[in-house]
Amino acid sequence: MSDFIEWGALGQVLVAGLIVGAGIPALFALGLRLLAGTTTEQAPAAPGAPAAGERPASAGAVSIGRPTPARLAGAIVCLGVVVGAVAFGLVFLVSGGH
Amino acid sequence: MDVVTETLLLALVVVTALAFDFTNGFHDTGNAMATSIATRALKPKTAVLLSAVLNLVGAFLSLAVAATIAKGIVDAGVVTLPVVLAGLVGGIVWNLITWLFGIPSSSSHALVGGMVGAVLAAVGTSGVLWTGVVSKVLVPALVAPLVAIAVAGAGTWLVARLTRGVPQEVSNRGFRWGQIGSASLVSLAHGTNDAQKSMGIILLALIAGGAVPADSGVPFWVILSCALAMAAGTYLGGWRVIRTLGKGLVEIDTRQGMAAETSSAAVILLSSHFGFSLSTTHVATGSVLGSGVGMPGAKVRWGVASRMFVAWLITLPAAGLVGALCHWMESAIGGAAGTIAVFVVLIASSAAIWLASRRKPVDHTNVNEAWDEEKGATVEAVAATTGEAGGERVAPVPAAATASSVGAAIESVGTVSVPAQGSVQS
Repeated sequence: MSDFIEWGALGQVLVAGLIVGAGIPALFALGLRLLAGTTTEQAPAAPGAPAAGERPASAGAVSIGRPTPARLAGAIVCLGVVVGAVAFGLVFLVSGGH
Repeated sequence: MDVVTETLLLALVVVTALAFDFTNGFHDTGNAMATSIATRALKPKTAVLLSAVLNLVGAFLSLAVAATIAKGIVDAGVVTLPVVLAGLVGGIVWNLITWLFGIPSSSSHALVGGMVGAVLAAVGTSGVLWTGVVSKVLVPALVAPLVAIAVAGAGTWLVARLTRGVPQEVSNRGFRWGQIGSASLVSLAHGTNDAQKSMGIILLALIAGGAVPADSGVPFWVILSCALAMAAGTYLGGWRVIRTLGKGLVEIDTRQGMAAETSSAAVILLSSHFGFSLSTTHVATGSVLGSGVGMPGAKVRWGVASRMFVAWLITLPAAGLVGALCHWMESAIGGAAGTIAVFVVLIASSAAIWLASRRKPVDHTNVNEAWDEEKGATVEAVAATTGEAGGERVAPVPAAATASSVGAAIESVGTVSVPAQGSVQS
């Protein structure tokens, strides 16, 4: 059976894929969230721990204020990592690593 | 005469390899662009144009061409030009058939299948390395969608959780760009990987035909023509496949689209980095499925998905059968006439499939129409998109109809039987 499946390579692909393939969209979402803020009341600052009680996004008037400097910095870090990962992917392609 | 035959064979192999490259681009547009089209992040025409340009650029990006065909799957010593021609025809015909049915299936598996069939016809089972077939074709076909489903599912779930409460239009705007970016990366990767397969085939054919020395690099005209053939195929757009991927499996929004394409790009690049090559098509399809699995409340049409899995498993034998038949015919007729006969068969079957597709055309105008299995009424369009023949084609509609009529029947039986019981008791 191990002749047919390279378990090591498969495991690496799965783990790295989960970190990169799921992590990048998550960072992107986080960056977007920090930039946009949530609906006006009780904007939860801590990501990953959203306030209980899901609010439909369209409910009520949505005001998108300027993000605070801290949020802005966080967003830039998140989106920067995303852009960096894309750039890394490009370099990988150009260098013929495929 | 012999020189004429050789030259003719070489020319036909080059043309057929370019034709395969064309169907490859055409068949795989959906891998990168289906989700962007489905979420309307890009207009259909814009999406295929972007994908075509990126495929073109990708073909020039890296020139580390592996001048091998089906390495480790068939015995390299038995791969002659007639075998290559028969194998290419097998790959093209299977690509076109799956396109007609709107099934995203792996172009490289079709090519490998065609080659395996042609080798079997040429020298028998000794020419095929079965361990290689299982470990490089069959197992990855099963593993790729699972990995992609896991990755895209996790990504989508995280994204859905993190964007909870973010105003819809803000998240749409942001994710639209993210989606276009990640889809572009998939297109680029596709151009880099797949155009080089055709380049490798043409280079090998040229070497075998003595047109270039054995240690030659890829001539520029080969690079250019392969890149152009793939870009043209991509621009033409395999709308049937795009429709299945974008609309058939999951109703997708921009967040899911971005997560799915990022997952595709990451898994494709990582798998080639770790030397566990997975098919772009299988990964992309798995990612779309995963974006449905990970999204709370989303519905995945597993019926459509399972038809695809079946198609993936029969890709190898089906393309192999075409390849084998072509090779038998080629050697039975023999010489230049045999080569020409195979080429004529290719043209005739391509034309027939194209004509069949015109009966229920899918193009950029109707690619985004609601998927019919939920609409129920438009039986014709089901045929156009899934291409199911006969009984299967109308299956979704009676299924929905019977579900409700059975319910009504049970109710009526219930109402009938209750008075009956009552009358017995009284």
